[in-house]
Amino acid sequence: MSEDAAQAVRDERMKAEGLGARILKRPELGAVAGFILVTVFFLLTADPAMFTFSGIVNFMTPAAQLGILAIGASLLMIGGEFDLSIGSMVAFAGLFFAAATVTLGLPLIIAIPATFLLSAMVGSINGIIVIRSGLPSFIVTLAFLFVLRGLSLVGLKIATGGSTQLRGVREAVEGDWLAPFFSGDAFGALFKVLADAGIIETFNNGAPKVPGLPIEIVWFVLIALLATWVLLRTPVGNWIFAAGGDANAASNAGVPVRKVKISLFMVTACCAALVAIITVMDAGSTDARRGFMKEFEAIIAAVIGGCLLTGGYGSAIGAFFGAVIFGMVVIGLTYTDFDQDWFQVFLGGMLLVAVLFNNAIRKRVTGER
Amino acid sequence: MTADSKFHHGEAPDVAPIIEMQNIEKHFGNIIALAGVSFDVKPGECHCLLGDNGAGKSTFIKTMSGVHKPTSGQILFEGKQMSFSTPRDAMEAGIATVFQDLAMIPLMSVTRNFFMGREPTKGVGPFKRLDMDRMNEIAMTEMREMGINLRAPDQAVGTLSGGERQTVAIARAVHFGAKILILDEPTSALGVRQTSNVLATIDKVRKQGVGVVFISHNVRHAMAVGDRFTVLNRGKTLGTAKRGEITSEQLQDLMAGGQELAKLEGSLGGTV
Repeated sequence: MSEDAAQAVRDERMKAEGLGARILKRPELGAVAGFILVTVFFLLTADPAMFTFSGIVNFMTPAAQLGILAIGASLLMIGGEFDLSIGSMVAFAGLFFAAATVTLGLPLIIAIPATFLLSAMVGSINGIIVIRSGLPSFIVTLAFLFVLRGLSLVGLKIATGGSTQLRGVREAVEGDWLAPFFSGDAFGALFKVLADAGIIETFNNGAPKVPGLPIEIVWFVLIALLATWVLLRTPVGNWIFAAGGDANAASNAGVPVRKVKISLFMVTACCAALVAIITVMDAGSTDARRGFMKEFEAIIAAVIGGCLLTGGYGSAIGAFFGAVIFGMVVIGLTYTDFDQDWFQVFLGGMLLVAVLFNNAIRKRVTGER
Repeated sequence: MTADSKFHHGEAPDVAPIIEMQNIEKHFGNIIALAGVSFDVKPGECHCLLGDNGAGKSTFIKTMSGVHKPTSGQILFEGKQMSFSTPRDAMEAGIATVFQDLAMIPLMSVTRNFFMGREPTKGVGPFKRLDMDRMNEIAMTEMREMGINLRAPDQAVGTLSGGERQTVAIARAVHFGAKILILDEPTSALGVRQTSNVLATIDKVRKQGVGVVFISHNVRHAMAVGDRFTVLNRGKTLGTAKRGEITSEQLQDLMAGGQELAKLEGSLGGTV
């Protein structure tokens, strides 16, 4: 189809759409705009050390840990459901993983798949209950928020004989060939070369200030790219949008809505399991407070990233930027003279602005009439 | 009828019907929704199913599209006896139903809606991906053939008017090989101009050899495109008439079930 043909049949009532209007329709616009705003804010107020390489790695690490959850949450939200249990899921998967490695002494090649399997199962239980009962996922997963948190506490006490902290993970996994994929820093050798060449900052002894890219950042970027590809370029992505946009219309058109939604619950739970594995190996221990309140932060990041609470609209890249904004604010405030507790005020404010903004955008996209 | 000149109205072709519904009965508990309805659709015709609210139109088309199983009676599809257990079965056989709503997702683009559930892909294994170029091109072309010029294939369906959405749904059904297209009250919520667009679309679809079942309670819309008319009343067929054998007044009377609509009509000045 040629451009001429398209021009020839133009509807005269249609105004030409400028670049601005096109950009406005991207779901991730809000998050990118917010990201620029926050960056400018910290460039003006924060210690310049924040934007050195080590400073960036500093705020990207918590951003990545949240972002992995936020991307899972955003896929689920686009699919029209919520999962309030992901924070507790982090604790539960963390406990299971720690108990498998420390208490049972299993190697990672068994412990990691087992953790993912268990999480996927819990996710599918969430999903099946929501789909079968037709209840709002909000209520069902709220129940699991408490159930999983409670199970983590009880499980910890059983695994440790009364304590609420399970230590010794680092020793248990030491030397395991799979460990470098889930803990520590990636590209250490490359960073050493860069440091020797004087391209990145070094300590006085010549070792690079940043020994490598924390592994969670690598996972974060990979998952964001994969999720974006799935959403925009595969049939499954189309089904996710369709299932969230109007489940009834989607199933009338032949989309396997139930399967899509249950799988999304499983994916979200697996994202929680990944964060659990990474953070437990990093800390060397787990406790019942792991992942506390993360479900809300992940949903906030997804909403800042352009996801509509009603489903059917949003983006994984948006959630990526939403999580980066989060990381910048949490860590960035320590580089400024502001009290760090402003962070929560800031986060709440961002959420409100994002929701108002998204609502206005949705009206533009649908031309709401 | 001024619309007469606009559409072709081939004398209902004397070919074998695509689908024949014989003596269909449907009971819900002790309620008899359909008490022996016979109906058939030939390729390239528009068969109007008329009836007032509660006449059994919806139950009947749901039986045809596989949502309900008939209590008794048989369905012959291309001469063979058929029993659809799910709407999906009927869809695969070539019976597409376009519902008034529940067909489009406003936040998604026309292209994504068009291919929803049946996306073409390219590449192999884990690299299998949507063939976006082809999808966009097909959606644009099919829509243009139906007389709608999209601004861009990524235009959200929410920006289209009701009639245009109906047309996307019809174009989608035809593209995916529908032999029978059931339109459930496609014009009931539309304005004058949008209605004529949808009626024109029905005409185009019919010319492609698709059998159209047009459900309506608006006699004027039915008369504008219909080749044959079947009136349902209280779960029974009141007979099928070919175009030209019946006037809109007679149809109106049949739909009202022989009540003295004429008297009422007189007082309303023939506006219904």
